[in-house]
Amino acid sequence: MTVQTERPPSGPADVRKADDTGPGRPTPRAASRAGALAPYLLLLPACAATVLLLGWPLLKDLLLSFQNLNMAQLIQHVTEWNGVDNYKEVLTGEDFWRVTLRSILFTAANVVLIMVLGTLTGLLLARLGKRMRLTLLIGLVLAWAMPVVAATTVYQWLFAQRFGVVNWVLDKLGWHSMADYSWTSSQMSTFFVVTLLIVWMSIPFVAINLYAATTTIPKELYEAASLDGAGAWRSFTTVTVPFLRPFLYATTFLEIIWVFKAFVQVFTFNGGGPDRLTEILPVYAYVEGVGNQHYGMGAAIAVLTILILLGLTAYYLRIVLKQEEDEL
Amino acid sequence: MKRSLFARLWPNITAVVLFIGFVFPVYWMFATAFKPTGDIISETPVWFPTDVTFEHFRTATGVENFWTLVRNSLVVTVLAVVFSLIIALVTSFTLVRMRFKGRRGFVVGFMLAQMAPWEVMVIAIYMIVRDASMLNSLVPLTAFYMMMILPFTILTLRGFVAAVPKELEEAAMVDGCSRLTAFRRVVLPLLAPGLMSTSMFGFITAWNEFPLVLVLNKEAEAQTLPLWLSSFQTVFGDDWGATMAASSLFAIPILILFVFLQRKAVSGLTAGAVKG
Repeated sequence: MTVQTERPPSGPADVRKADDTGPGRPTPRAASRAGALAPYLLLLPACAATVLLLGWPLLKDLLLSFQNLNMAQLIQHVTEWNGVDNYKEVLTGEDFWRVTLRSILFTAANVVLIMVLGTLTGLLLARLGKRMRLTLLIGLVLAWAMPVVAATTVYQWLFAQRFGVVNWVLDKLGWHSMADYSWTSSQMSTFFVVTLLIVWMSIPFVAINLYAATTTIPKELYEAASLDGAGAWRSFTTVTVPFLRPFLYATTFLEIIWVFKAFVQVFTFNGGGPDRLTEILPVYAYVEGVGNQHYGMGAAIAVLTILILLGLTAYYLRIVLKQEEDEL
Repeated sequence: MKRSLFARLWPNITAVVLFIGFVFPVYWMFATAFKPTGDIISETPVWFPTDVTFEHFRTATGVENFWTLVRNSLVVTVLAVVFSLIIALVTSFTLVRMRFKGRRGFVVGFMLAQMAPWEVMVIAIYMIVRDASMLNSLVPLTAFYMMMILPFTILTLRGFVAAVPKELEEAAMVDGCSRLTAFRRVVLPLLAPGLMSTSMFGFITAWNEFPLVLVLNKEAEAQTLPLWLSSFQTVFGDDWGATMAASSLFAIPILILFVFLQRKAVSGLTAGAVKG
């Protein structure tokens, strides 16, 4: 702007000079401002995608939860706001609280089993000889790698009423009433198989990572402990446990979050049945919302589930961030 | 003496029992898939298949639309991985190499996004996609799969980018490379292993995705393999041979990828998932 006003009306030498400092070439201050903007521009694609593909659905979910949206409204494309009616209905009904309690118990049982058995397996890995360790690692990795839907199908076959190998073994072990047992016929037996499936799939992650973490414990610590007269148990509780505590803490929360939203295993094994008795919160939201076509209602359940998960996630992130404050 | 023998033996015995427990379901899937039907529906299980048959695989792949579903799965998964990789490369590079206000906030934001509860967001996504008249299309599926794996890809790549010494890049720039050329010629080749393993995990996630495609794509031609597999048992009733063949076909690519990536898996996953 200033360059233009200062430029004399004519004269080739002046024009060239003006071009040199013209608007095509940024002044140092403008360049530094562009440099300061560059990181934000580079982050734009990822942020735009996150807002559009994650933020918008979350917002939409919130909006839907304040609407009376069933099959009729869906077909006619009408929006009927009904305030907090959905929440009132969900929160005063018995179903939601029963499912929430069930979800919590289900998650607790799974996570305790995963963490205890996973930790023991990880410690066992650290104790084994080289060849045996590799063998067990291969087994763990195979179970870890099994796609969820495929694994669920395999468990349906293992626990099949007729010709299922589990029933055959139980029968041979002398439990003859199990010979033709239908595992999908009751709440507890369905949960038993789903829990077994989830624990089987989740132990490898805990065990392998825990084993990897134990290999980073400095040997000197154990030497020092044994010089001080500590036995195997004492060096375990004073060296190994404190060293692994942050890892165990973070992993436990990760598992809580993962198990809490274990939609696929529960849904594909028995569809939340029998009689909707094995529905956990994500399955409940799906069956109410999509299955029974009470979309607004399903959205309200989803929002409540997301709030629970958000609380868990925030707590988990706090643990993780505290651990690596310096790395950020 | 007897006691110490026991002390030496019990870890190995436990390990063998655990090994069998973890491997058996996978083994049983493959064994059933290759067994003749007569051996599958026998009163005593045939533990080791003696007659091998490929009949069940023919039944599984002979299903109408099978190859369309394979194509759909591959297209959606590969595109989602490629797009997220491109965006994540730029993003992680910016997060690692540049100093700016709010950097930490962005990292925490992506960590939060990584934990997004996609399983319960299906109703809202269904409404959005329906309002855009894009149900039964692969486009929204690709976009949302891309988003599902993007935060993980960014956070994992961040570790790999940080491991490339800044000096290498600077040396290339001193030698007359532009920043972009230095990135392409020096940084990118060093990042290749990281890109490989990160993209594999993205591939596995997208390949396995089930709830979203269940809600969005009801038409047979627009479905992906997880839906085909989950409906297999319902459609085929008690044809466990074909069902296990279908499971095997679905699992084999992932099992191969995963076993090869196992070493990277530990460092990659702990960097991405546990340590953020």
